[in-house]
Amino acid sequence: MSEAEQNIKLRLCGVKKSFGSNKVLQGVDLEIPKGKSLVVIGGSGTGKSVMLKCVLGLIQPDEGSILIDGQESVGVDSKERDRIMRKFGMLFQGAALFDSLKIWENVAFGLIQGRGMDREEARKIAIEKIQAVGLRASVGDLFPAELSGGMQKRVGLARAIAANPEIIFFDEPTTGLDPIMADVINDLIVDCVKDLGATTLSITHDMASARKIADNVAMIYQGRIVWHGPVEELDHSGNDYVDQFIHGRADGPITEDSKLMHEAA
Amino acid sequence: MTDDTHNTTTELTDNLVKNSKSAIDYVLDSCEAIGVTIMHLFRIIGGISIFVFNAVTHVFLPPFYPRLILRQFVDIGYYSLPVVGMTALFTGMVLALQSYTGFARFNAESAVASVVVLSITRELAPVLAGLMVAGRVGASMAAEIGTMRVTEQIDALSTLSVNPFKYLIAPRVIAGTLMLPVLVLIGDIVGVFGGYLVSIYNLGFSPGSYLSQTWNIIERVDVVSGLVKAAVFGFLVSVMGCYHGFNSGRGAQGVGAATTYAVVSSSILILISNYLLTQVFFS
Repeated sequence: MSEAEQNIKLRLCGVKKSFGSNKVLQGVDLEIPKGKSLVVIGGSGTGKSVMLKCVLGLIQPDEGSILIDGQESVGVDSKERDRIMRKFGMLFQGAALFDSLKIWENVAFGLIQGRGMDREEARKIAIEKIQAVGLRASVGDLFPAELSGGMQKRVGLARAIAANPEIIFFDEPTTGLDPIMADVINDLIVDCVKDLGATTLSITHDMASARKIADNVAMIYQGRIVWHGPVEELDHSGNDYVDQFIHGRADGPITEDSKLMHEAA
Repeated sequence: MTDDTHNTTTELTDNLVKNSKSAIDYVLDSCEAIGVTIMHLFRIIGGISIFVFNAVTHVFLPPFYPRLILRQFVDIGYYSLPVVGMTALFTGMVLALQSYTGFARFNAESAVASVVVLSITRELAPVLAGLMVAGRVGASMAAEIGTMRVTEQIDALSTLSVNPFKYLIAPRVIAGTLMLPVLVLIGDIVGVFGGYLVSIYNLGFSPGSYLSQTWNIIERVDVVSGLVKAAVFGFLVSVMGCYHGFNSGRGAQGVGAATTYAVVSSSILILISNYLLTQVFFS
């Protein structure tokens, strides 16, 4: 394996996934170097979440290969899958906190249940992580229903980083938040990732968020990556689909394709 | 008739011929509909079979979660006690009243104690407890797990290296299968006590002869068959509740539908399996 290839943390090659006749992913190719942050942008229903779930092993792709540290993760047995999952941390769109558990138990969940850590030790780590995302330690004894959306997102982030993962996934990290709280979450993501030195894959359609947290940006459209490059080149991509999306224009190739598809249907 | 009108009429006739379905088309359409329904049915049966296999496998394979199992014991067993107790009590009371009025026509009032204890232990306590628990616990399991599915909490479990089958399904299946027999045993006692109360204080039976009749008629198989039925019903209720919750559709409607399916399917399965088990025990 060459040095350049060794430096690739996550690689997707020709990943395809269909649900019945609906071809959601039609051959996704992506790679993320170690320690870099890739943000995948794209409209609703373009396959962002399905791609993320394929990488996480929550959905089995129909075709293609997903390599983590050069090792295939598609079709591996449950033990190997478990070993791979230990490298991951994930912040869900709605935070996905467990309602019946206290905040500290949510943050420490993977440490206690997944790794068998002692509860007291896990609690200490959980409180440290809760403070690292800007919340008071006393929040640890509350339940998720007692927190605002922004605070839940912070707890979700604390849970994602609790086990010091090598790769962190962010699914629409700023959706449903006001612009100020969204920026706070973006800053926290950047800081936490920098501290951990982790590789990250985020999906979003919030361009402010993408610009803030990305080293590289990829645009997914109709189940394929149509553009991939450094965030600095996003405004000069030369790709009409990217231009329409990042400027939020009502007219452009995406709208025209959509009209044609409706007419054909 | 002008040429234009003639052409338009010809086009309309052609279209009608094209669009009209022949008898063969209708037969083929019906066959397709039946085929799709059968395929759908097989898909559901296959899905449930795989789910049950996974659930049972994870019941016996470590790691185990004793705290969660204990919590389910309390949720399913302790909190169902009032519902099952009330159902058994009033069923025993009504049974004593009804059998007395029926048997009085044949001067066979003395059989009331026997009818009450056999009906309660063999059939009424397990079936009614099963149906009440299906309504209370099956619905709650489907709603809870369905909400976890919709809010991505089940996906979160997987990303935290915790198997959802071990963490969510196995404790519920263990608790459902073990706690329903306990509830039915209590239901047996309460139901017979209900019949005793009505017989003594309303129908004028002698306490001593009522109890001795009850004790003399009952055999071990009457109680054991009821408890075995209860274990099967508990398994069915918990598996159906978990299955429908785990495969819940999106949104509030999806969770609502999962809850309904859980209660309906477990109730029907209780009635079917009750017949089969009765056939095995008493035929």
